[in-house]
Parts: sequence; structure tokens; C-alpha cells
Amino acid sequence: MIANEPLLIRGARLIDPSTGMDMIGDILVMDGNIQRAGSAIRNGDVPSGCRVIEASGLLACPGFIDLHVHFREPGYEDKETIATGSLAAARGGFTTVCCMPNTDPAMDNASVVDYVLRRAREADLIRVLPIGCVTKGREGKELAELWELSQAGAVGFSDDGSPVADPNLMRQALAYSSSLGLPIIQHAEDPNLSQDAPVNEGELSNRLGLRGWPAAAEETMVARDIALAQLTGGQLHLAHLSTAGSVNLVRQAKERNQPITAEVTPHHLTLNERWVQGHDEEGPLSGPLTSTAYDTNAKVNPPLRTERDVAALITGLRDGTIDAIATDHAPHVVTDKLVSLNDAAFGISGLETALGALMGLVRQSDLTLNILVERLTAGPARLLGEKYASLGTIREGGTADIVLVDPDREWVVRVGEFASKGKNTPLEGMTLRGMVVATISGGRIVHSVLLDAQPMAVGEANG
Amino acid sequence: MTTSSVRQAPSADQVSLVGGTRRHILDLDDFSTQELDLVMKTTDAMAEVLGREIKKVPTLRGKIIITLFYEASTRTRVSFEEAGKLLSADVINVSASGSSAEKGESLLNTVRTLQATGADLIVVRHPHSGAPYFIARNLEHTNVINGGDGWHAHPTQALLDLYTINQHLNQIQGTRVVIVGDILHSRVARSNLWGLTTSGAQVVLCAPPTLLPQEYLDGSYKREGNPLAAVEVETSIDRAIEGADVVMPLRLQVERQETGLIPTLREYSKMYQVNDERLARAKPDALVLHPGPMNEGVEISPQVAHGGQALIEEQVHNGVAVRMALLYLLMQPSRGRGGGQR
Repeated sequence: MIANEPLLIRGARLIDPSTGMDMIGDILVMDGNIQRAGSAIRNGDVPSGCRVIEASGLLACPGFIDLHVHFREPGYEDKETIATGSLAAARGGFTTVCCMPNTDPAMDNASVVDYVLRRAREADLIRVLPIGCVTKGREGKELAELWELSQAGAVGFSDDGSPVADPNLMRQALAYSSSLGLPIIQHAEDPNLSQDAPVNEGELSNRLGLRGWPAAAEETMVARDIALAQLTGGQLHLAHLSTAGSVNLVRQAKERNQPITAEVTPHHLTLNERWVQGHDEEGPLSGPLTSTAYDTNAKVNPPLRTERDVAALITGLRDGTIDAIATDHAPHVVTDKLVSLNDAAFGISGLETALGALMGLVRQSDLTLNILVERLTAGPARLLGEKYASLGTIREGGTADIVLVDPDREWVVRVGEFASKGKNTPLEGMTLRGMVVATISGGRIVHSVLLDAQPMAVGEANG
Repeated sequence: MTTSSVRQAPSADQVSLVGGTRRHILDLDDFSTQELDLVMKTTDAMAEVLGREIKKVPTLRGKIIITLFYEASTRTRVSFEEAGKLLSADVINVSASGSSAEKGESLLNTVRTLQATGADLIVVRHPHSGAPYFIARNLEHTNVINGGDGWHAHPTQALLDLYTINQHLNQIQGTRVVIVGDILHSRVARSNLWGLTTSGAQVVLCAPPTLLPQEYLDGSYKREGNPLAAVEVETSIDRAIEGADVVMPLRLQVERQETGLIPTLREYSKMYQVNDERLARAKPDALVLHPGPMNEGVEISPQVAHGGQALIEEQVHNGVAVRMALLYLLMQPSRGRGGGQR
């Protein structure tokens, strides 16, 4: 399928929170853009040679936007490449992702940004937007050349994986970047409080005899940065919030009309700390530990928290305290996880399970479908600013980034089927309900399991 | 060869857990009272063997036991080696220094290699909590006994403590056992909590707040469904020790001062040392246990450590019998399972 081949999605439930659209209808894509989206398109208006996807029973949403992924390139190509990460994103329904700069070399200068953008063009599947470092080499000592990074295409700045720990440097970063109109994305963790701690502090850390990563290590940093953002007028975006206290701090800041934004991961919304004790097909195990305990695939930073934190994060997402869902997709090589829990790398390979896991929240009535889709589309799009205003929506004339979801289709997570090189997920073997069945990026089908859209399209999208 | 040379040993088949599916001893959280009872009775039989003039039986002849120690140890490693040898198993000691672990071989590859050499059972000590669980899930044939993992568990120490208390008090049910000291970092305390609680003891944990796990400090452990919810937590040793049947001070590592968890060892010893004056608040003839190695003058006064109520050497002696019992229960040839399968 060539990029400008017309495409008709027929009879889907169109959900676009940016416009309030929620109706059964059609989408016509031409020249990579959305020609029409809305009520049924009459046969006479369908161009000849148009490919038709019969989408009744499916949801059609704007392509998902992920503000937080690790594609590991350059430097850690054995964990992921921009090509494999892009395909994983496509399989997960994401048409835009923002790459974190903890690469080697770190993305702290324009040439590395250029390289990432070139590799993304070569992969040619989805939109990959780079996030530059806040500090040179992510060392937390001196500011990186933020203006030059922004000129090269960086959409924000972060030392993710590490916080900007020095409060004075964080102050300067927020102040300096305010003139660039780009956010500082903080990985909120006071390393003095969380050093060498693989799991949440509390019941779990005591049960397993592990050093605990207290909620306060995140909350003190969140509180500090909210004060620094207030002081500087800088734009603060908080990555992967994980605690009830953090949600409250952000909520209070927003009530004061501070322009703080925040994201949360699918795993912090759906899994609690007990998953580290191992799981079966039903969920996390309780009772005496078995040899499945100390599951390194459930080791993630920030750690999985308590049931109470999970509930507060869901509430925060629902009431708009949290603006976006971001996967923090963190792929690793199998041997990075085939070690003791202390030695294991932090991170979950999350792009390909995100939608399936999150649909559970809709079925449990924790979230409406509309809010879930908003936090995956228009919510993150807002944070990307004017330049990317056409993303996260299916408005006529806009870029044809569309995801088709079968909300009832059940599937079993099998990491062997992941496109990502990272097979590290605690969800292996779990049955999820809700599946991305096709992803259209810039008018091209880049992923599909639908018979009427499949074999040729994917092959050509790769080629 | 039969097992008859170990007299009075109950048949493992009498108890479903040990006789059934158990392949590993990783902690005591999965031991029932029946299973604990079986271990105690089997230990009695082993203690009888230890009392003989020629204290060696052929029970585990032809079995290979490897002790794999990534941390220093005297009593645990030696008593496992002795236990294995007295049961006629071949015991091979591997320590991290001098092994291929020093060349950077991963834990996974090391234990898979040991399994491939034919090890029937591995006793592992590792500084990382959970390492024995990792090993157990990655070995198909070899039994695993946890010889101490990080801050998490030291089940064989807890079993020998149970055995020693039982010997002197004839029961555990209803006794008040006070564990004093660095609870936060103590695998001995964690395993003893399971063993003692399952046996019906009232456990009191006593430590300065900085050496208590957060859930004991904030009281959140008293939640419904927590089998350890009845544990008492006390920061004053004088209150904790009141009426105790057993007092168990824990070793205080010097690093705790360096990392700021306590101001000085001097202050710690003034506030928390088990000495004669404090011991007098416990029941008359209360037992004093210590998992060793002791810092005399820090967590325990020399007078108490060498006084009539201390059972510290008895614990070590019982440790051999308990470990013989565990090796026997996991590996006895009559079961035709466990280490015998390859």
C-alpha cells in the first residue's frame, strides 16, 4: 500500500475526545490526511480503488501518543532499536512517541538528536520525537545546550532514569527552558531516600527483606519542584507519578492554577507491589512465597506501589490531575532480568500491553472510555505544544494517525510475540481483554491483524 | 541401605507437606505446625546420632551436597558440612571468592553448572534477598536450602532456635519471645517471626525506630489478613523484656553507626544491651539465645553471654542436628525423589 492510497474505515465507533466526537461513522483517509470523519460516507463519495476496512464493532481513535519511551538507541541496541521500538509502538497503537535521552552517548547535543531522528526516518513507521537531556551527560552538574537541542527538534528536556537532584540546577533549568517554551520533565526521586532500593517501602519491602523506596522519596521531590516551578515560571512536567501523595501535591498545584503537568504509566495504574511476589494467571500471589517470588520483571522505577496508591492514581487520572498516560517503555535484554532482584535492571516493556491492560480499568468502571482515550491522545498532545497541534485528534484535514481497537477481543500476553526486543513484562501469560487491531500512521497501515488490511500493508510499511 | 540406622526418625510420609511436594527450604512462611513438628521430631533422632560414640550413619551415602556461600559464615557453613558428612553425603564447599563467580560468572550460570555436575542439593547463602528463590526456580533437579539471604530469611537458624526453646520449655505455644536489636536488617528475626508465630509464641520486636521496618514503625502491619499482625512492637527494651520467656538479642553491625541509623554503639549499648539488670525483668530463668556472632559489650553484656541463662553454644550444637534432619527429610533415598532424579 502506498502512502497516498485512499483508505476508508467503515462503521467504527469514532471516539475523539479532542472534539467530543463519539459516534458510529466512517473515516476517509487520502494523501496521508483525514479527508472526512463522521457520519457514514455514501458509496458514491468513496474514491475508486479505495481500500476499505470494515470496522463495525471496533473503536477508531486518534493514534496514541506516548510521552515517555526508551528506545535505547544509540548505545544499547541489544535492548531495543528505534526500528524495533517503533514497531512495538505501532503494535500498541502509538503513532507518536517521545524518546528519553538516557542513551550512550546521552542525547545532550544536537548531533545525537539528529542521529535519532535519522534512525526514526529510516524505520519509517511512526513519529519519534526526541527529548533532550537537561544536563550534560545526564550528570546533573551543568545544563546541556537546551536552545540548540530545541532547534534540533527536542520536544522537552529530561535526565530521566535520574532526577535533576541539585535544587539550584533544577531552578536554573526551569528558568532557562521557560524562554524555549519546552518543559523540564522530572523523574521525581530523591536518591538519598531511595538508594539501592528495588521495591516500594512498606509491607512488601519488609516481607521480602528488601530496602524500601519510600513514597516520600518521590513526594519530597515533587513538592520541591512545584515550588521551583512557581519561583521560575518554568514549565514542569512530572514523569511517571506513582504515589497518592504525589497526586495530591499536583492536584493542589493545579488548584492554584500552576501550569504543572503530569503523567502516569499503565503499570502504576493496574499493578500493585504484590506483583513482585510473583503471579499466576489470576493475578499476584499472596500467602507464603513460592519460587516465583522476587519477580524481576515487576521491578520498575518508581516501584509498583500499594493498592491505595493505585486507586489514587486512577482518581487523579480521572479528575484531570494527571494529564497523560505514558508507558515508560523500558526494554531490557533477558539477562538483565535473569539475576537476583537487587541486581536486576529496572523497567517494564510496556508499549504492546498498554491498551489491553488499561481497558480493564474501563470495564471495572474506574475510567470512562472517553477519559482513557483522552489521556492517550489529546492529553499528551497538549503537552507537545502548538507545533504538534494536529496530533491526538481525528479532525478533517489533520494527519491520519488512527488506531483501531477491538474492545472485547481477548488475548494472552506472550512475550515471544512482542516486536520489542524487551521481553520484560510481569504480564506474561495474563489474559487481557481489548486489543489494538490496526494502527494507521500518516495514512499508512503500519500494524494490523485485520484480514482486510493486513499482509500487504505491513510488509510494505516495513519496506 | 536403609534409613534404619537413624532410629526414631518419623517417616516423612506421615506429614503431607514434607512427604509430598517440598523440594526446597527457602523460609518458614510455608511451614505448617505439623511440618515444624516433624522437623523437631526428626531433629531429636539426629541429636541421638550426634550423641553416639561413632556419630556417623550411611543414610545419604552417594548424595552430593554443595554449599555455595557468597558471604562469610562459620557456624552455618560448618554445621551444614558436618551434617552432610555425618549422614555420609559428599559435601563440597564453594565460596564466591576463588570460584568462577570471581571471574564474573552469573549466579544463574554458576548454579546451573553445579546442577550439571550432579549436585543433589545446594545450600546457598547470598547477600541479596531472594537469591535462593531465583536459584530454586531455575533448577529442575537440585534441592535448595536457604542458608541466609540478605535481610530476608535464615530458616535453618530459626528452626534451631525453635528446637532449642522447645528443649528447655517443652513448648512454644504461649511463650513470650523478645527479639531485640537490628530488626530491619535481620534475616534471623524475619524467619523466627514465622516459626515462632506458627508455633503459637507471642513475639515482641524491640529496636530503636531507625532499625525497625517502616510497617512496624507506623503500625500498618496490623492489617487484616496479615499472619504476623499479632506481633508486638516496642521501642523500650525495659517494657519489651517484662515477663519474657526468651530473650534474643541480635548482632548489631558496626555499619549501622556509619550510615547514621544509630548515633554511636555506645549509646546503642546503653539503650538496648541485654544485661543482667534488664534480664532480671524477664521471667526467672528466661532463656537467652543469640544467633551469633556476638558483639559482646554491644547488644549483649559479657555477663549475660557467658551466664547461666545463655544457650548460645547449645544453639550451635543443635544447629548440626537440625540441619541433619533437614537434609534427611529433603533427600532420604526412600522417598525416591528430590535429589535422586536427574
